[in-house]
Amino acid sequence: MASKALYVQRDPMLKKRDDFEDILEERRNSSDVKYGLKCYTPVLYKELTPCTAAELKNMVLHSDPLRYVINQVSKETGEACDVVKDEASAILEEMAHRLQLSTVRFFAFALCKAFKRLYRTVCINEEGLQRLQQAIQDHPVVLLPSHRSYMDFLLVSYLMYTYDMALPVIAAGMDFMGMKFIGEMLRMSGAFFIRRSFGGDKLYWVVFSEYVKTMLRNGFAPIEFFLEGTRSRTAKSLTPKLGLLNIVMEPFFKGEVFDVSLVPISVSYERVLEESLYARELLGVPKPKETTSGLLKARKVLSEDYGSIHVYFGPPQSVRTLSQDRLDRCQYNLKPRHIPGKPSEQTQALVSDVAYSLVRLQEENMVLRPWVLMASLLLQDLYQNLDRSPEQGLDLELLTEQTLWLRGLARQYGAFLDWPDSVSPSGAVSSSLSLHSGLVCVSGGRVRLAAGDLGAPGTAGPASAPTPEEELFARAVVVLSCASYRNQVLHVFLRPALVAAALHSAASTRKEEVFDSFNFLWNVFSNEFILVPGATLQDFEEDFEEACFLLVKTGDLYVSDQDLVVSESGKHTLSFLRSLLEPFLQGYQAGDSLSEKQFVPAVRSFAVRVLLTGSLRCYESLSSDLQKNALAALMRLDVVQKVKGGQGVTLSVDAVKVHSLADTLRGEVSAQKALHARL
Amino acid sequence: MASDSSTERHQIALQRLRIIAGHLQNPVDEDSGINAIECNAEDSRPSSKNTRTVPRRRQEIMKWNGWGYSDTKFYFNKKGQAEFTGKRYRLSGLILPGLKDWFEGTFEANVLHKTPAVPTLNASAVQPPCLNEAFIEELKTTGIPFTHDAEDRVFRAHGHCAHEIFALREGRFGRVPDMVVWPNSHDDVVTIVELACKHNVCLMPYGGGTSVSSALECPPEENRCIVSLDTSQMNRILWIDEKNLTAHVEAGIIGQDLERLLNESGYCTGHEPDSMEFSSLGGWVATRASGMKKNVYGNIEDLVVHVKMVTPRGVIEKSCQGPRMSTGPDVHHFILGSEGTLGVVTEVTMKIRPVPEYQKYGSVVFPNFEQGVACLREVAKQRCAPASIRLMDNEQFQFGHALKPQVSSIFTSFVDGLKSFYITKVKGFDPHHLCVATLLFEGDREKVLQHEKQVYDIASKFGGLAAGEDNGQRGYMLTFVIAYLRDLGMDHSVIGESFETSVPWDRVLDICRNVKERIVRECKDKGVQFAPLSTCRVTQTYDAGACVYFYFAFNYRGLSDPVHVFEQVEHGAREEILANGGSLSHHHGVGKLRKEWMKESISKVGMGMLKSVKDYVDPENIFGNRNLL
Repeated sequence: MASKALYVQRDPMLKKRDDFEDILEERRNSSDVKYGLKCYTPVLYKELTPCTAAELKNMVLHSDPLRYVINQVSKETGEACDVVKDEASAILEEMAHRLQLSTVRFFAFALCKAFKRLYRTVCINEEGLQRLQQAIQDHPVVLLPSHRSYMDFLLVSYLMYTYDMALPVIAAGMDFMGMKFIGEMLRMSGAFFIRRSFGGDKLYWVVFSEYVKTMLRNGFAPIEFFLEGTRSRTAKSLTPKLGLLNIVMEPFFKGEVFDVSLVPISVSYERVLEESLYARELLGVPKPKETTSGLLKARKVLSEDYGSIHVYFGPPQSVRTLSQDRLDRCQYNLKPRHIPGKPSEQTQALVSDVAYSLVRLQEENMVLRPWVLMASLLLQDLYQNLDRSPEQGLDLELLTEQTLWLRGLARQYGAFLDWPDSVSPSGAVSSSLSLHSGLVCVSGGRVRLAAGDLGAPGTAGPASAPTPEEELFARAVVVLSCASYRNQVLHVFLRPALVAAALHSAASTRKEEVFDSFNFLWNVFSNEFILVPGATLQDFEEDFEEACFLLVKTGDLYVSDQDLVVSESGKHTLSFLRSLLEPFLQGYQAGDSLSEKQFVPAVRSFAVRVLLTGSLRCYESLSSDLQKNALAALMRLDVVQKVKGGQGVTLSVDAVKVHSLADTLRGEVSAQKALHARL
Repeated sequence: MASDSSTERHQIALQRLRIIAGHLQNPVDEDSGINAIECNAEDSRPSSKNTRTVPRRRQEIMKWNGWGYSDTKFYFNKKGQAEFTGKRYRLSGLILPGLKDWFEGTFEANVLHKTPAVPTLNASAVQPPCLNEAFIEELKTTGIPFTHDAEDRVFRAHGHCAHEIFALREGRFGRVPDMVVWPNSHDDVVTIVELACKHNVCLMPYGGGTSVSSALECPPEENRCIVSLDTSQMNRILWIDEKNLTAHVEAGIIGQDLERLLNESGYCTGHEPDSMEFSSLGGWVATRASGMKKNVYGNIEDLVVHVKMVTPRGVIEKSCQGPRMSTGPDVHHFILGSEGTLGVVTEVTMKIRPVPEYQKYGSVVFPNFEQGVACLREVAKQRCAPASIRLMDNEQFQFGHALKPQVSSIFTSFVDGLKSFYITKVKGFDPHHLCVATLLFEGDREKVLQHEKQVYDIASKFGGLAAGEDNGQRGYMLTFVIAYLRDLGMDHSVIGESFETSVPWDRVLDICRNVKERIVRECKDKGVQFAPLSTCRVTQTYDAGACVYFYFAFNYRGLSDPVHVFEQVEHGAREEILANGGSLSHHHGVGKLRKEWMKESISKVGMGMLKSVKDYVDPENIFGNRNLL
């Protein structure tokens, strides 16, 4: 049967992945100084035109696009060309890196020390690096690491140095530049700094894009940036930003290079350095400004154990192959290529699809540790047994058993699981628990979430008794931290979970109805998860089929005629899957007719109230990330509209639509009337 | 004074004649006496006293399954050295000691490994002609010679695309014309076209047979009798107008004859496409040909003053010979590039020029291709391009080296050694990056020398070093022998082709790099086991862009269907050209090979315009070669 063959291709278990190699091991046995001074002769791009960082700046300043825009700006503003040019030059000065091998050597030395202290192992797939090495020789390369921690920043450079490969230049947010000394150090290790937003600034845009393109075309160095734009505070992949990706793909579209290789890199941390910081940020405590003194104060994190890091260099993706039959490059034939222009719709769609597929590749090769599975189970337990006191916790043996069950399921679904095979299952579970002792505690054979640190950062007043809000806040920090681990596994289960939720809410088990319901959920959640936006019906069907296939494979679902039937054994699986989405389903029911800026805090305060009254069970609805995504989804679905009024932007709510949306969502969960009353 | 200059001109003409004869020695024509079997009437029409290169029966002097003259070819002799046979070219009879190593090194081939062609044309393998008896009956009464001899038909069933030659070498023939007619004049053509319309016969004009666009392939779906209308006997210069500097010529004349005959009167057209030994004036018009010296003389569309074409609707021509007209869209432009789909070009009035007093070759070595292109761009910008300027990339430069004949004197080889020492060691050019531009200057002596200096001055700004006349001359000679080299390749399992495009200046470097790389990658993807030769040269400069020529060839050992692989690679390369802002063709034309891209090249409306012209001029599709549209 033809469809069988298709299914086999789709089976994620058959995906081949490389083995890992610990690089710290060698470092522990030999001199770091020697390592810092090692002979470094990387393989370079075959068509490299060697030039210094200063020459590079000069090339950019004299490039055609820059000249064009300078003239344009000068005409528009009436300022002399030279003045505008100086401005451009200043922008470039502020932006440009000053990559220096000596600084990199110093960092390599320092990072080495830090890594050995913080981590048990730093594992990488050497085959991936070999593929990368070949790619670097053949075509300009763009490195696209996932972004979960500040650590990502120099980790890749460190690895490239270790393996004698061309050092990347890294697009970094301007915030780093403000750091005394460190900013300059980063600059000298290859970082270049870009403003977070420069929408309307033509000159800035052209300097920036030309700077990146010049480095790419000349093969100056691999270019590294974060597709997600910023660190993901929730450990879920963020929807990718397309601007920079478009810039690095454009030289191919315009025929300036034969091809560009995009290399997704998945960096997975067993324990993220910024763990509790993220949770606080999500709860509305502003992100601490990046300062050098702040960094020095954060030294205390150095004394803790953060487990291991896995870095997986994915297979290089050829932009040429990705654009094949998707993009007619002739569209660039009729206009001089140096005149900047908005990418066509065709181009935008392609860039967006490529971005999403790259993020999915990153997700796919993220290494999952046992704790991730345990966190999922612990949170579900918490949500499902709210009547029970949180102090009661979950039986350790039960947790071990369920974790093992989940391990099996995850493997079936193709998860990239790093399970310590050398120790017993209970050993693996308890070692995970001890690594995350800040979030869970074990006592009397029961595992429960830690109570949380009541003292909010900065307020040192243990004397006064905590208010209920403070207690709630403390709990929420722990829950959100756990959620950030659970989130790491979401991508594995997401599609089957959507089917499970759809099955639950659909009026019947007829395939079409389940599909419709699946479709609806997809639309609602496409800001929350990496679900390709603007996907065609065919894409939906493919994903739906894929999800069904997985469920059928594991014997949890039968497809009879036109019905989808849950098997006896599948009830457990499906309920697990459904519960996985529950926090999101619940969280999305919050919507409010408040002005945009106020939205997040207002929803939060509302959520605090309903949580305290016990009518909403989901701590995660306190997360600003979830709230923002929910708002974006509401706007996308035309439920909420931005209205520009006298006092800034307010949101007007289409009450009818909200009700219908909430009703549909309620199909999945027992929603709270109180919520709707507010809408 | 006047007589002085005219004798001087005569002197120059003679000298030039010698130059051309140097590489284009023409054989004695034995045309008279040999008639096609079916010829009823003795050819009684007035014929020019001048001898002509191409006889009615082409097989007498030309290969049936390869390029050019039967007596001329490359082969590896018993010692394994490459030799060029015959007496027609400067290289003829010489040994090329470097070719074997280059060949074996480039293609990872072995000269001992042979893939010989079928030795003779097996007439019985040719499908029997499908004849229209009524048409033949009436044709007989006109006395126009014709034949349905298998060999003659096979000769007119193909151009020189790699796949066409490959099939011939294997003795495979597809659909071939059912008969061949040889009109002797414009009036003959009018008669033939009228008869064809009357009897619904498909006509396919045939000039020199040098097409590289599958234009001469018979559409396999054509059920009517296909008649190949061979214009080769319409080869007279009807008059020369010295006051207006024009010549009225029958369209069947081939390039070398036209040039030779005009030279005898002290004139030239200056139109020298690489195929000029065999291609015809009518063919140039029908494909919008371009000559190597277009910088001085212009391309065919600049040279044509008046054209006469016979169509099923009648004869189209302008009423006067005004040098430029504003009379609506220029009807000449329906004819130029019509590729035989509308009618037969029978007579052309063409601009002529006095033969130039002085001709000088030259060459410049650049440290790399980028610098070379920058120099050509500057030359074009200053509008001081010599008659011809061509830039070869490094691979072609090395190839050119492999074609150096054995040097007789120790001194020459010593000088050569010194030259290369100077360029690579003293000047520090990387032998794997340097590239060479070949130049040809024409005009009066003083101006040529002045012009030469100007060009060399520009070149030196881009790091170019003058590299002597010899290198330049050899570069141009290669143009004529390269087609013979492809046959040598095919004898040793190497298949190759050249193709061209035109592209704006700012994209020249990008297109060269990307197309060359695409070829390499396509070969790899399609399972070619050896790295291909993938090289290019910039052959023409314009104000707004350049013409780029690509050559590619690969060793097809181990491939079950080399032609198919070859076609896929070529297809990929053309897609790459279009994606990089190159045109579908600069001068080879579209034919049937590149038809699929016509719509995207000229838009749907453009296609509609061409179609409506075709529908009006030839509603019955008498000119049914199905090129272009």
